[in-house]
Order: sequence, then C-alpha cells, then structure tokens
Amino acid sequence: MIQFHLERNGVPTYLQLVQQVQQAVRLGVLKPGDQLPTVKEVVGMLTINPNTVLRAYRQLDLEGMIEGRRGVGTFVAGGVAPVPPDDDRKALRGALERWLKAARAAGLEDDAIATLFADTLRPPALSRVA
Amino acid sequence: MNAAAIRAQGLGKRYGTTWALRDCVLDIPAGSVTALVGPNGAGKTTLLKLAVGLTRPSAGSIEVLGSSPRDDERALMHRIGFVAQDHPLHLRFAVDEMLALGRHLNPTWNDELARERLARLRIPLDRKVGKLSGGQQAQVALTLALGKQPELLLLDEPVASLDPLARREFLNTVMEAVSESAVTVVLSSHIVADLERVCDHLVILSESRPLLVGSIDDVVASHRLLTGPCTDSPGVARVHDVIRASHTKRQTTLLVRANGHVYDAKWQVHEVDLEEIVLAYLGYGVDVHEREAVAS
Repeated sequence: MIQFHLERNGVPTYLQLVQQVQQAVRLGVLKPGDQLPTVKEVVGMLTINPNTVLRAYRQLDLEGMIEGRRGVGTFVAGGVAPVPPDDDRKALRGALERWLKAARAAGLEDDAIATLFADTLRPPALSRVA
Repeated sequence: MNAAAIRAQGLGKRYGTTWALRDCVLDIPAGSVTALVGPNGAGKTTLLKLAVGLTRPSAGSIEVLGSSPRDDERALMHRIGFVAQDHPLHLRFAVDEMLALGRHLNPTWNDELARERLARLRIPLDRKVGKLSGGQQAQVALTLALGKQPELLLLDEPVASLDPLARREFLNTVMEAVSESAVTVVLSSHIVADLERVCDHLVILSESRPLLVGSIDDVVASHRLLTGPCTDSPGVARVHDVIRASHTKRQTTLLVRANGHVYDAKWQVHEVDLEEIVLAYLGYGVDVHEREAVAS
C-alpha cells in the first residue's frame, strides 16, 4: 500500500496526494488492482482534512487512474501501466544521469540544477508571470 | 457545502465602552473545518461565545445551525460541542466519571464511541483527570465534546498549550471525527502552523473585526508575492489590494490580493503559503530577501 507524505513546498496538499499516486503508478510501485488507503486511513496517517483526501481521490478518479468500488474501497484502475515502459525509462534515466554529470562538471550545485530543471519544465507562458 | 452552520450579520459585542467584536459579517459553511485566526484579544473567543449563546450580541445577529443561540438554547446545546480555552475539566474526577457526566447531560451521547476513542489513545479510565498530561486532558475534553455527536464542534485555542506532538495527536482526533461524521468544525488559534493541512476555510480576525473570510484554496489562489523595482508599486496598488509592502534600496516586495491575473513583466510573481498570507494580514513582516538568502 502506498505511504503518503507531505512536503512544505507550496504545492497544495490534495495535489501532493494526486502526484504521489501518479508517480507511484508511473514507476510501477502501484499496479492495477492495488488498493489505496481509505480516506480515514490517510487522515490518520497525515492529520489532514478528509475533504482534501476526497478531492485528491476524485481527481484521480476523473483521470481514470483509480476507481472506487462501493463498500469495498478504492483501487488502481485496470489498464494503467507505468509510463513510459521500463526500457524507455531506463534509457531516459541514463540520458539524465549523463546530463547531470555534465551539469556538475560545469560547476552547478544541486539547487541550481533543480532550479534550471523546474524552470525548463514549466510551460513557457508561466515561466515569467502567472 | 451550501448551508451556513454559522451566519453572522453585523454582529458586535461590547463590554463597557470596548468593542470585543464588531461589524462581523460571515458565513461558515456546514461541513467545513474553519480556522479562526488572530492575535490574542482579536475577538476569537467572543465570537465563539456568541455562537454557543454564552453571551448575547450587543449589535447584529448570529444564527447557528439555523437558529438563534439565545432563543433556542437547550435544543441547540445538544447539537454543539464546545471546548473552551484551556479545556476546563473537573480535575478530581476520574476519566470514567467525566464520561458518566457526559452521558447524564446529553441525550445524544454515544458512550461506546467515547470509550473506544479513549482506549485508542491509551488514556486510562480510572485515572483522575488532574493526573493526566496536558495533551491527555485536551483529548478527554475533546472526547466529551465529540461524545454527544455534535453537528458543530467549536474549539477555542485547543492546541495553544500543547507540545507539537500532542498538538498533532489532538488535531488527528478532530480530523478522524470529521471523516466519520461530517461534523462542522471551527477552531480558533493564534498558531498558524498545522492549520493549512487541517482546515479548508479561514477567518482572520484582527482588532475586533474580520479582515478576511473565505475558503483556503481561494485565499491561497488569490494572493501573490511580487518582487520588482521600487518605482512601480503605485501601479500595482491601483489594480490589486496590497496587503503588505516592504522596500529595500533596489527592490520592493508586495504581498497582494490579486484582482485577476498579474500580468506585468516588471514583477516577479511568487506563490505564497497560507502562513505567510495570515502573517501579512496580521501585520508581521516575513522578509522575502532573508528567505531567499537562506534558500540559496
């Protein structure tokens, strides 16, 4: 079962939960049919508002990533698979590791690398002003 | 969440010549968990006392669960759980004697639920309340309030005197109760940490008046921290509400409540978390330059 955690990074709590499920599915940690913790369990785990958990699960449901079975629980939906497939992921990871090596060789510290990555990842329209 | 659990209209309370609360207009939606935030003396306790009918308005009106607390006191009291500041308990009573009192006073009392909750918290029922730790006493007070299965739970500074672990455990019990029963919760606090994760609505009180009322999502979404050239702040102030401004020789930092999008290449726009927003409203400076210096 997935173990949620929260970071104080400005990302809304419900979105952190959504992202952690998405990431676990992408990495293959969660597989179709795996059960997610109940709202009450997440509330007990993290001391957060149950509405926040409901909202995260609703969004994941809308995305087709999870499905609620009435009276049974919430499960990872059938048909979701790690994206990209394992081989591609390995290749991409290798490329990223080579890039990281180059960045460090160029004298960039981890913070600077993270900033550069986040800035590049952000859609162009948002990179300056929200 | 459309019905209001608490609705105040022009509500005010005066003690002698001093207004403890005035011009208070707000709706607290049913099913919400609302943080009532402000410095000591801002009127938080007064608002909660008005809501439970412990005191009568000097101006305006307050409606709680659809009725007026003073007209309908007895019927309403069974539907409201109230934990006063410092959670007053009978210190010489044993925990199970407190439960018996709760059972005796409340027709809607759920003894099984109360005992189960205390067992989970490993609070011995035969122990005198005065021998419990502060955190355990708070949990007993909370269990008594929850035992009557209230529709509305009012908590006045419930965690102020607790250490961080006891604070987290207390809020955990509250959140579990919300997930079990959809009770509406209003909790006052002058400690802002932790509130962002447990609350979904916010009321900021300062100097006896509400400064900001709204859902936390809306509040966070509508506030931005802008950094830019000193010369430009009047332009921003024409469009957005400037909550706090600080200046250095070369740079100005503004915390604004944005009216629509902030489109201006001259300003760097940062998101701000709830704690910073609350502190800005209450007039404390969180200096962005220091923060950036720490971060880099």
